[in-house]
Amino acid sequence: MNIIISNAADRPIYEQLYTQFKNAIIVGTLNEGEQLPSIRGLAKDLKISVITTKRAYDDLERDGFIHSMAGKGSFVAKQNKELLREIYLGQMEDFMQRAWALAPVCGLNKKEVMDLFAMMEEEV
Amino acid sequence: MNAIEVKNITRTLGDFTLDNVNLTLPQGVILGLVGENGAGKSTTINLIMNAITPDSGTITVMGVDNQSKEFTKLKEDIGVVLDEPYFPEQMTPSQAGKMMKLTYKNWDESTYQKYLEKFKLSKNKKFKEFSRGMRMKLSIAIALSHNAKLLILDEATSGLDPMARDELLDTFSEFTRDETHAILMSSHIISDLEKVCDYIAFMHHGKVEFFEEKDKLMDEYAVIRLSQTDFISLPETAIVRSRESKFGMEALVKKKEIASVFVTERTKLEDIIIFWAKGE
Repeated sequence: MNIIISNAADRPIYEQLYTQFKNAIIVGTLNEGEQLPSIRGLAKDLKISVITTKRAYDDLERDGFIHSMAGKGSFVAKQNKELLREIYLGQMEDFMQRAWALAPVCGLNKKEVMDLFAMMEEEV
Repeated sequence: MNAIEVKNITRTLGDFTLDNVNLTLPQGVILGLVGENGAGKSTTINLIMNAITPDSGTITVMGVDNQSKEFTKLKEDIGVVLDEPYFPEQMTPSQAGKMMKLTYKNWDESTYQKYLEKFKLSKNKKFKEFSRGMRMKLSIAIALSHNAKLLILDEATSGLDPMARDELLDTFSEFTRDETHAILMSSHIISDLEKVCDYIAFMHHGKVEFFEEKDKLMDEYAVIRLSQTDFISLPETAIVRSRESKFGMEALVKKKEIASVFVTERTKLEDIIIFWAKGE
């Protein structure tokens, strides 16, 4: 898998790393049981701090995406489909809320927003 | 175990005082020491190597008190590079290798040869004909060739061209791929430290102003430019340092506390540190 770290982006490096691994797991680039690169190896290959890399792995483990075995490394955890659905649902709500907040700025009422959604459905 | 632990170290040298310095270098990481000339970086390094003794406080290196007898033995495991490497003028790298073989029990000639090749140092050239960069590289090649677990580098990259510096930084980074290794390096060139360090300690007038994870520093702080009116509206707790210029204000701020109002850019470590040292 590709991992792209941007130093210019105003997003913490551990977050960039976390998101890219998370997406790879959700999309299926990384499958259940697959081993992740070692923290130290990854840090050195990406030329980023070991501590930062460890923080990203810790967060991934905390959120149930990977599990670590002492002395063996980190592996992609069995994904809870229900949990993933929750995550996506949360994201959807977030996007919808943002769209909703922009509606009055564009002078759209509720019906017009719904029409826009309906139109998108047809296009898809 | 920590590679280096400096606890409450105070030492007065003439009119300079190193004031209650605390530093911890965990294993497997690189700690960068920054600060202006005379801030106390070299004094700290000299204290760690027990070249000078502190007035008070303790230092342990890889679990060993550096005042104890065992520390002499431990020096085998420490590779030191000072900012003015010195070898006898007539000596060649080949001869230096032979001398080191007698000095270090764990001298590894093949590693040494490998580094001489990597750094393109000709084996039979005399030291007096070496440029500053070559002298530095020879000194680093030696430090890396006796199976040291800890490297202490005082201004090891200053005075070198960008290509040579990058090559050395890569070498240092590779060195800490082994988690039992650690590096303490001081430098004026903050961008070098930004590239390889895990922790940054900033020294100013003999004190450690801050000791922090590098990425955390860069994630948490930013320098912003804004008008006087906007400046007054900033929460006081968000401002670390500020500076007035003719056409407005500059401020070093904690990003989190102003996130809702101001968009910040990622600020270079160098700018954060310079501002910290110079601002009010």
